[in-house]
Amino acid sequence: MIDWLLDPFSGSLMQRALAEVLVVALACGPLGVWVLLYRQSYAAESISHAMLPGLVVASLAGASLLVGAIGGVLVAALAIALASRDERLGGDVGVAVAISALFGLGAVLALSPDVPARLGELLFGDLLGVTGRDVVEAAVLAAVVAVALALAHRRLALSAFDPAAAPSLGARPGRWELVLLALLALCTVAAVRGMGNLLAVALILAPAAGALNLAPRLPIALALAAALAALAGVLGLLASYHWHVAAGASVALAAIALFAVTLVLPRRRTLA
Amino acid sequence: MAVIVRAENLAGGYAPGADAITGVSFALEAGTIAAVLGPNGGGKTTLFRALLGELPLRRGTVELAARPAYVPQTDRTRHDFPVSALDVVLMGAYARTPAWRRVARADRDAARATLERVGLADHARRHFGALSGGQRQRVLIARALLQDSRVILLDEPLSGVDATSAARIDELFAQLRADGRVLLVATHDVEQARRWDQVVCLHGRQVAFGPPAATLTTDVLRRTYGDELVILAGGDRAIAVEHHAH
Repeated sequence: MIDWLLDPFSGSLMQRALAEVLVVALACGPLGVWVLLYRQSYAAESISHAMLPGLVVASLAGASLLVGAIGGVLVAALAIALASRDERLGGDVGVAVAISALFGLGAVLALSPDVPARLGELLFGDLLGVTGRDVVEAAVLAAVVAVALALAHRRLALSAFDPAAAPSLGARPGRWELVLLALLALCTVAAVRGMGNLLAVALILAPAAGALNLAPRLPIALALAAALAALAGVLGLLASYHWHVAAGASVALAAIALFAVTLVLPRRRTLA
Repeated sequence: MAVIVRAENLAGGYAPGADAITGVSFALEAGTIAAVLGPNGGGKTTLFRALLGELPLRRGTVELAARPAYVPQTDRTRHDFPVSALDVVLMGAYARTPAWRRVARADRDAARATLERVGLADHARRHFGALSGGQRQRVLIARALLQDSRVILLDEPLSGVDATSAARIDELFAQLRADGRVLLVATHDVEQARRWDQVVCLHGRQVAFGPPAATLTTDVLRRTYGDELVILAGGDRAIAVEHHAH
């Protein structure tokens, strides 16, 4: 059994994959808790899809993925604002149309036969193909997200729990919601190399949903979400190694499976 | 006695060119409980937003001796949020705690003391959403007490709470008045307002302000509530009926 668990990680390829998925998990899990508490899971899905053209263009231009992500999100915001203004569409339809159009554009660019092979990885990721530099970049971005979440913890809590009273308690809900969306964009960039634009959302939302099913208090939910995301990363890589299936997809499915397990466990409402 | 809250000819609103409240003028001294009466949409919450500095004022002035604490209706909070009763009370200390530091031990002790003061010391570690509506309301009042403001704005704190909680809240109001604090309490309950010191009647504009005996007349209540007012048999009691548009 021990060999079954440890042997896969004896090679440098799997070690880098493990390092990548663990650093990303430690940011994605806690961030996901906030995304769910702000009821922004649709935004998480939308932001990751909307930034795809920006990521592809940045890759083609040899620019930083972060710059591409910011550009992609800004273009998406503009497209949503324009589409939502059209009275024939309305708000929800405007968002759906703008996001689908941008994602389609990104997919066309990423999967075109004339672009370098690694651009396809922006969609589904390539955990087993990450380089040492990829791991370091993901670690830096994940650390920025984790530190920002720690510093913003109280203001985020006030704004999500009680938006009506939050300003009198020292937090402006609109401002902190924007901060959260910016961190979401940053976290998606951190996760995109390993997990891909389509699958990163699973590592953000599923462990967080599982943690919120079990945890009676916020710090426990945040820690549990990070642990579940990390566990999903390890289980996914083991499944990928032993059963020869795609690593990113295995991690996403492991996160969903762990969430399913939390549904049958009892929720605690009082700390002992 | 010193005036703690003063509004002079206040007018403002969110929509361009349309005032949600207008002509609001009152002054409240230390140790006053003031009822804010009015129908739904009459401007009670808008007045609170103005006092909190969150409403763009078009005319008039607001003078406050302290930044107010605000107690919303419990329905406005998230009952599925993973926080204990004590966690919620501690939020009252967040504004004075730097982001990188733990909440001070003195504030933690004070939070437990305020929970005891509202009769919920035994519920400190219970999930906020698992408490009854009245208990949640008392937790939110405890949070406002931890903010330690001289001015507390309460949005229908006695609406739909159990009898035990209502008695506790009434008792607490009396203590806070004795402490010299100013409480503005939005309410639909005319009989409740008669027990307090001042009444502000709003229907978009200010209809009346003054002590209950002089203010809560049938004429003023009719101008405040219109069709929502029901005068009970004998003519000496009135109730306001809420019409919710769903």
